[in-house]
Amino acid sequence: MTTTAGTREAAPGAASLPSLAGGLSKSLTERTSVGPERAFKAICLLAIGLPLLLLLALFGGALIQAWPRLGWDFLTSYPSRSPDLAGILPALAGSTYLMALTAAMAIPVGLGAAIYLEEYARPGRITSLIEVNISNLAGVPSIIYGLLGLELFVRVMRFDRSLLAGAATLALLLLPMVIMASREALRAVPRSLREACFALGADRWQTLWRVVLPMCMPGVLTGIILSLARAIGETAPLITIGALTYVAFLPDSLSSPFTALPIQIFNWVSRPQPGFHVNAAAGIIVLLVLMLLMNGGAIWLRTRLQRRIYW
Amino acid sequence: MRAHRTAVYASLETPRALSERLVAAFLLACGLVSVVTTAGIVIVLLREALGFFREVSLADFLGDREWTPLFADKHFGIWPLLSGTLLTTVIAVVVAVPLGLLAAMYLSEFASSMARRILKPVLEVLAGVPTVVYGYFALMFVTPVLQKVVPGLAGFNALGPGIVMGIMILPIVASLSEDAIFAVPPSLREGAYALGGTKLGTVFRVVLPSAFSGIAASVILGLSRAIGETMIVAIAAGQQPRLTLDPRVPVETMTAYIVQVSLGDTPTGTLEYRTIFAVGLSLFVMTLALNLVSHRLRQRVLKGGAQ
Amino acid sequence: MNRTIEFAVLCAALVLATGCTKQASLVKVDGSSTVFPITEAVAEQFQKTTGSARVTVGISGTGGGFQKFCRGETDISDASRPIKPTEVEACRNGRVEYVEVPVAYDGISIVVNPRNTWANDITVEELRRLWRPEAQGRVTRWNHIRPSWPDREIHLFGAGVDSGTYDYFTEAIVGTEHSSRGDFTSSEDDNVLVQGIASDELALGFFGLAYYEENRSRLKVVPVDDGKPENGAGPIAPSVETVRNGTYQPLARPIFIYVSKRALDRSEVSSFVRFYLENARHLVGEVGYIPLPERAYTLGRERVDARRTGSMFGGRGSQVGVSIESLLERAAETPR
Repeated sequence: MTTTAGTREAAPGAASLPSLAGGLSKSLTERTSVGPERAFKAICLLAIGLPLLLLLALFGGALIQAWPRLGWDFLTSYPSRSPDLAGILPALAGSTYLMALTAAMAIPVGLGAAIYLEEYARPGRITSLIEVNISNLAGVPSIIYGLLGLELFVRVMRFDRSLLAGAATLALLLLPMVIMASREALRAVPRSLREACFALGADRWQTLWRVVLPMCMPGVLTGIILSLARAIGETAPLITIGALTYVAFLPDSLSSPFTALPIQIFNWVSRPQPGFHVNAAAGIIVLLVLMLLMNGGAIWLRTRLQRRIYW
Repeated sequence: MRAHRTAVYASLETPRALSERLVAAFLLACGLVSVVTTAGIVIVLLREALGFFREVSLADFLGDREWTPLFADKHFGIWPLLSGTLLTTVIAVVVAVPLGLLAAMYLSEFASSMARRILKPVLEVLAGVPTVVYGYFALMFVTPVLQKVVPGLAGFNALGPGIVMGIMILPIVASLSEDAIFAVPPSLREGAYALGGTKLGTVFRVVLPSAFSGIAASVILGLSRAIGETMIVAIAAGQQPRLTLDPRVPVETMTAYIVQVSLGDTPTGTLEYRTIFAVGLSLFVMTLALNLVSHRLRQRVLKGGAQ
Repeated sequence: MNRTIEFAVLCAALVLATGCTKQASLVKVDGSSTVFPITEAVAEQFQKTTGSARVTVGISGTGGGFQKFCRGETDISDASRPIKPTEVEACRNGRVEYVEVPVAYDGISIVVNPRNTWANDITVEELRRLWRPEAQGRVTRWNHIRPSWPDREIHLFGAGVDSGTYDYFTEAIVGTEHSSRGDFTSSEDDNVLVQGIASDELALGFFGLAYYEENRSRLKVVPVDDGKPENGAGPIAPSVETVRNGTYQPLARPIFIYVSKRALDRSEVSSFVRFYLENARHLVGEVGYIPLPERAYTLGRERVDARRTGSMFGGRGSQVGVSIESLLERAAETPR
């Protein structure tokens, strides 16, 4: 009680409700029994630390095995029957193009669906149907998307076994995650902002395009980058739609055949020559580094874009 | 909340401008893509699955206790594959839920903002590791280590990949639970403190129960992700469909079976090949049921279930 | 509004771009992951020495490969077994005629742990008693196979049941395809089997020769006695010579490529196939397989040149113990 009274007398103007409440709970928690709380904190840290330790073991193990092969020529060579000559260039290029194309397809559709559900939709049959569909699709195994992609994109729409078919299949796979992340980002924008825009005479689209979307972009981009980080590791759907394992050239158009990093790794791991296993470990390191870069990029974007918006 | 929003937008309900209507139509089309995708999946699966069920009766599919479509002596009972999926999923959830909840509690209640800024992205990395890599990690590292501790653990088993899957879905459970815990109104917490509660007691008796729906939804999302996981179990759990609850022996999950046959030697258009679609359909139905339950739970949260 | 129009135009341009791009001359191969290393080696060498066309190779599996092949989506199908009846039908429906060309042998080896001092040879009959369906749960110890062997458990490892290796093994040993006991550790990845056997003193398994050759220090191969003195008396160990001269039987299986007759009209495909058959005998050894006799490649080339379609195996799938040479010769003699 004395602490609170002291706060109020010391800074009459600055005493707002949240800071009061914060001060209140802080003074209360400081009085709690520290023992069980410390023990609980230790258990929590253990819970977080254990998986991280395993992740380090994974990374470390792969790095040790891959060390002799990691280098510039590994990154710039084509696959070969000889492990020392075989490199990961077409797989790297394929994965990069694939991610770019997938993002280009998934962002408009995913964002559009999220905007529809958050801004335009009325609670009702269609909305519920769409929402249940989205959460259901998030759990469908990736190989079923591969089977769908084979039928729909490769055969019916005649994209053939190209980058376009692969990207479209992966875009479908990522769509639920992109939609969910975008919805969260849209929800985080306060209602008062939208209402202010309406009060100023803007219509719904203007509000969205000029105020709401720029504000929620960090969250949307984070969601997309995290989804892409998952997609970059997908093997089964790509093999099913016809992604290749041996390509001696880089993709030069949307309809070009391609390969991807996880497919190359998957193939090398199952070869008898031990040199290929080293290559596979090196490929895993490349893949992990790419994934870390994407995650890092997401965090950087998140912090950077959040700082710029003042309100 | 929803009613309030609808009321505010009531005047804009029927946009007059053509551009507004086009935009709304385009956005609706985007939303319907998910419905079209589901329809596409169902069509692709049903077409071949119907062919399968013309030759194998539903009674056999649900009643037989062996799954040996690729052997000369064929049995088509789905239970062995189902038990494989169940076993690995339950192990994954048993690993992910306690660890994920503890992580979520730590991040939302105890961690400093600096710690949160570091730990949250690091946990997200766990979800981003390619599943092929996790699969080989489970096979080459986790299983041998476990073999020293668990007697009778086979080279292929459900325990190793189950644990690794748990680590993979941990960020999902942690992140969504953290959101749910964060959404608990401060007034509830303060009320508990005002009544003389300790921090720990408040967390366990007030915050967690009120965040329960959100936490449950996160668990179900993690569960459906674990059910649909393909590569980790395809690589590390084995290819022996077996009706068992023993996590130490090789099993085969539904997803691993689909991968095995679709990338294998079986000629397309045969009954053996059509088994993929029957299994795929069962999987789809399972995850649909789970997601409907999760959807109901989340609806309850939105309708003010946080009290 | 302007931005939306710009966006729409960009999308339209992207869509048009897909149709307008001209395809460079491309040879499309897909199919078995067993044949893949050979085709990869040939494609690599072909593009290095001629640089005239691009070759791409996939690993959708023998079954998946045939599905795409019979729909005209690929030019060549890698296959670790001869074409099967449903696939013959599919190709007939897709109006795809194929030329069947054997390209190499794969020797399936029986392998045990180096610390296994008792298994120094094994007969086909013993293998049959070990692997047939009735053995499940009954033949569980080494002395059940041969009384002089120790009374200890046997741990079995084998190729995945949806692989050509398993197909052929069951056909050759048990007598019926896909007919075997179910209680063995199986994997599509033979390296996993190597690992398993190398770390288990009581293990016995089968997989392709290449995987044994690469892991000689960790494994021990068991010579097989097929009980037929005509083609080599006593137990024969698998090696390049014994597979090639036909004494290592019945576990030497041929692997194939199937070439679309229509695709052969394109110069890049026919030159690639010719290059394949001219150079296979050098390249096949580099990736762990066994080359066919010289004559077989010559007959294969003649088969392609004459565009002789249809399967030498009558479209019935694997046959055991046939000599590729004699098959090719017989096929060359029969009037079309």
